[in-house]
Order: sequence, then structure tokens, then C-alpha cells
Amino acid sequence: MPDIEMKNYAINFGPQHPAAHGVLRLVLEMDGEVVERADPHIGLLHRGTEKLIEYRPYLQNIPYFDRLDYCAMLMQEHAYVLAVEKLLEITPPARALWIRTLLDELTRIMNHLLNLTTMALDIGAMTPLLWMFEEREKLMTFHEAITGARMHANYYRFGGVNRDLPADMVARLYQWLDEFPKAFDDFDNLLTENRIFKQRTVDIGIVEPDQALDWGFSGPMLRGSGVAWDLRKAQPYAAYDQVEFDIPVGRNGDCYDRYLVRMLEVRESLKIMRQCLDKMPEGPVRIQDQKITPPRRAEMKRSMEALIHHFKLYTEGVHVPPGESYGAVESAKGEFGVYLVSDGTNKPYRCKIRSPGYVHLQAMDFMGKGHMLADIVSIIASLDIVFGEIDR
Amino acid sequence: MATDVEEAVGPAAALLQTLQERFPCPIAEGVAALGEVTLTLDVAVLLEAVRFLRDDPAMLFKVLVDICGVDYPDREQRFEVVYHLLSLKHNRRLRLKVVTDEMTPVPSIVGVYSSAGWFEREAWDMYGILFADNPDLRRILTDYGFEGHPLRKDFPLTGFVEVRYDDEQKRVVYEPVKLRQDFRSWDFLSPWEGEGGLLPGDEKAKLPDGGAGGAP
Repeated sequence: MPDIEMKNYAINFGPQHPAAHGVLRLVLEMDGEVVERADPHIGLLHRGTEKLIEYRPYLQNIPYFDRLDYCAMLMQEHAYVLAVEKLLEITPPARALWIRTLLDELTRIMNHLLNLTTMALDIGAMTPLLWMFEEREKLMTFHEAITGARMHANYYRFGGVNRDLPADMVARLYQWLDEFPKAFDDFDNLLTENRIFKQRTVDIGIVEPDQALDWGFSGPMLRGSGVAWDLRKAQPYAAYDQVEFDIPVGRNGDCYDRYLVRMLEVRESLKIMRQCLDKMPEGPVRIQDQKITPPRRAEMKRSMEALIHHFKLYTEGVHVPPGESYGAVESAKGEFGVYLVSDGTNKPYRCKIRSPGYVHLQAMDFMGKGHMLADIVSIIASLDIVFGEIDR
Repeated sequence: MATDVEEAVGPAAALLQTLQERFPCPIAEGVAALGEVTLTLDVAVLLEAVRFLRDDPAMLFKVLVDICGVDYPDREQRFEVVYHLLSLKHNRRLRLKVVTDEMTPVPSIVGVYSSAGWFEREAWDMYGILFADNPDLRRILTDYGFEGHPLRKDFPLTGFVEVRYDDEQKRVVYEPVKLRQDFRSWDFLSPWEGEGGLLPGDEKAKLPDGGAGGAP
């Protein structure tokens, strides 16, 4: 038998591959069908958000945060708003905190529905996507009714939220909360025990708890590996200390466990949303400090001072005391943090965005090593990456 | 909120004290503000300190949350490298800082936290901060063949080159940035609350000869 020279070869996965979940260019060094090394090339969607933020007043920066992870918009605004509020040393009124909790969970469900179903799509199941996007569209409608935009909300403000919930919103959400579990059960029954789906995800991309910590994992990625850590419980913000919910934890740390964790998180989010609707107090939705929040419209028609405040607030903006703060929320994908350095002017001196997807994608190499090419698709899907936040 | 901050500062102060006892001289500064603890370390002890913080049973900062650079062009050592650590066990956060300049490398902590790799690449890409012993210090977010470090304060927001697809050459071409309109950056800082300097016109009132103005 003649000697055959075996050679590893490299293939490009993406950046225009639909299973790459965006513009991920993955250079895979292959030994036959087996991946030897995965080198993600990112930055194809880099927009210089952090640089732009340094040139804008604090208030004008909120929309940039919607555009980071465009599947879970409000949670990122939340992190930024928390960081600024910490520097300003203000706390929003109770109703605003409950609205934030409600909307964070609504966004989490939207995000998880997208991730779970596209994961199924990557693996070859098309129906879940079609079923769940119908529900997701309903959530988008609520999102639009509350914030004014289907996706890019620009809704949270320093010291509260932009406006109160529409009059019929609570009733509509209650109705949706009653209807949705049935649709979700259908999806669950269809996919979770599906033989092909399990063959493609069980024991794929296993991450041990120690590895998960070493690689800086957070969110469902960390919980899938069996570490019960959730910022909503550990370092509660908004009204999370007043709601009851459980933290689902995986056991094996494989793609299937991460899928299950997200499935259960949707159900926990439903519980939280219901509690928010039950317990939400009446009252103002933002603090009345005219140096930070604008005066009421009616007031501006009569009071010169209110008019001046309004003008100054929307031209010059809020002056934030010098200092630095780190605001973090448990976003749908993990810990989303904003590190702010303020020099006392109306623009941030430095704003570092810590996105969970960036950290998770970094572990692609060690997770993918030794797996087949087709498993890379499962792993990427289970990472729940969105390039808006990775590339910033 | 005030109570939250007080509660958080208590353990923060204790943490600060422990660390100052462990590393007496090299810690230049320790601050506990807004419930967050910040330590400024000497570059020389960074690795040792990070290892101690990860492994000591009283610390157990197992997760590296973030590394980022901050640029202060006026300082002699213009860059701050900021590390955010998180201890799951003790539910605490800690911020470490080291200072450096364009030429002096900071020891890489990839050996301690695997997640440091990309964070250090990003700090290198964005600020040009060097990390010694990082095995893979390539650019990460900017374009292939990009020049400069975009998050430095002296890098213009508009950048230097723009790209477009050239139909004749059938490829993407790089050209110097052409702005249709001058770059606008409004200075909204109120002169009334500014740095306490002279207001326009005030300099005339303070002439040494006591004259009412500088009329020629």
C-alpha cells in the first residue's frame, strides 16, 4: 500500500453562512471531518460604539445599547442606566422598577424564543421557528405598544422609564400569559424529546463547571454547566428581590443542557411577568428631579423655569459627577456589564461594554476541538451569539 | 439606595484592608466608592496579586469579568488597564488597575484566566497596550490591515480611511476620508458652570493698572 500524505486543511465557515448567526468568520482547521482548531474572526460588524459613546451626551447614548444585542434590547439599556444611576446616586420610583423587571423578562422570552428556535433550525427542524415566531411577533407588538418601537426601544431613562404602560396593556399581557404556555408546550413536545435533535446536541460541546468559570461564562452558558449563578438572585437590581423564581441549572454542560436551561428560563420568566403584573404599584414612572428628567409638558407651557430645564436637558444633557461605576444585569445571554468613567461633564469619558457573547465565542476553540464539523453548528447555536454585541 | 451602598461598602473596606496587608507597598491606592472597590496595583505584582485573588479561600475571584483600557493622554503613563473580577462564592466584585504607556508591556494574565485572551487582544487593538506573554496578540475587532488604535483619545472619530466597492477594479478600495461637511462636535459645557476660568470679557476688568479697559 503506498504511503498517502495526510494534510490538515482549513475551511472558512461564514461570514455569510446562515448557521453562523450573523457575520462570524470561523477558520476551521480540519483533520478530515474533525475540527482541530477553531479560530473565530470577529469584528465584521464593528461600528465603534464605544468611541461614538464618548462623543455623545449621556442621554443620547441610550439608543446605542439597543443596537448591540438586537434580540434583547432593553436589558442592555438597563445595564447602562444602572451604571449612570449609580454615579448620579438616584433610585427610580417603585413603579419604574417593576416596569423594568416586566420588560426585561419580556425581552428575555423574545430572545430565548429566537435562540431556541434558530438552534432547532440549524439542526434541521423548521417548524418550531415558524410556530414560535408567531408568539414572538405578539411580544413585539406589546413591546411596540409600551416603548414605541418593535425593536430599538430607547425606553429606559436615568431615574425611571420614558412613559407609563398603555391603559389596556396589563389586561392584554394577562391574556397572553394565559395563552402562551399552550403554544410553548406544543413547541416543547415537538422538539425536546426529538431523537434527531438529541443526537445532535447531547454530549456535544461539554463544558465542565471549572472550565466555565475559567472562560468567564455567565448566564445560561454557566448555568448549563451546573453553576447556580444568576445576577437577578445574587445581586438583585430593579424589583428582582421582590419576585419569586427558580434558577434552572444543567447537569452535563452540553448543548442539550443549555437548551433545556433556556427552555426552563422562559417558563420562569413567565412566572416573573405574572408577578410583576400582580404586584406593580401605581405611581410616577420617573423621578422628578429636573436636572435629570424633563419636566411635564403641561408645566412647560406655564413655567419659564420648566422650559429652561427642558431646553438645557436636551441640548447640554445631564452632568454626571466624576467617578467610575460598573452596572451589570443578567441579560438573556449572560452578564452584560457597562463600565463607565465619568469626568464630570455631560459625556462619558469612557464606556466599556462587556458583552457576554464576546466571552462565550472566545471559548469556541476549546469547545469545538475534536468535534465533527456538523457539531460546530450546534455549538454556535447553543452559545446564543449575536454579532451586534460581540463586535460593538 | 443609600442603605445598599452602606451595606456594600462595609465588606468592601474589609477586602481593601486584607489586600493592603497582603501586598503592603505595591498598592498605590485603594478606593471604595459607590459600593465598588478599586485597587491600583504596581505592574510588577499584577500576576502574583491576580493569582492570590483567584486562589485564596477568602477571595476566590474565579471569574474575570472584563479587561479594558482607558486613555488619559495628559498623563505621563497614559493608559490605565482595568480588570474586573467577580467572586461567585463571596458574591463580590473587585476592580484592579495598572498604569502603563505605549511602550511598556503589561504582564498577560492568560495563564491565570483563559478568558483574558480576547480581552487583551481587544485592549491591544483599541489602545495599543502591549501584553507580554499573550500567545495570540493579534488585532481582533478592526479591519484586516488596519492601522492605528481607534479608541485612543487622539484618534479622530471619523477615522482616516473609508472603503467603497469600486466597480471598475471589481474590489473594495480604501481611500482617505472625505467629509462632505466639517466634523461637528458641539461643546455644550455651560460657561457659567465651567472650570471657574474667566468669562469672555472678564479679562478686561482685571487689568493690573486698574484701567477700565484695554482701549487702544
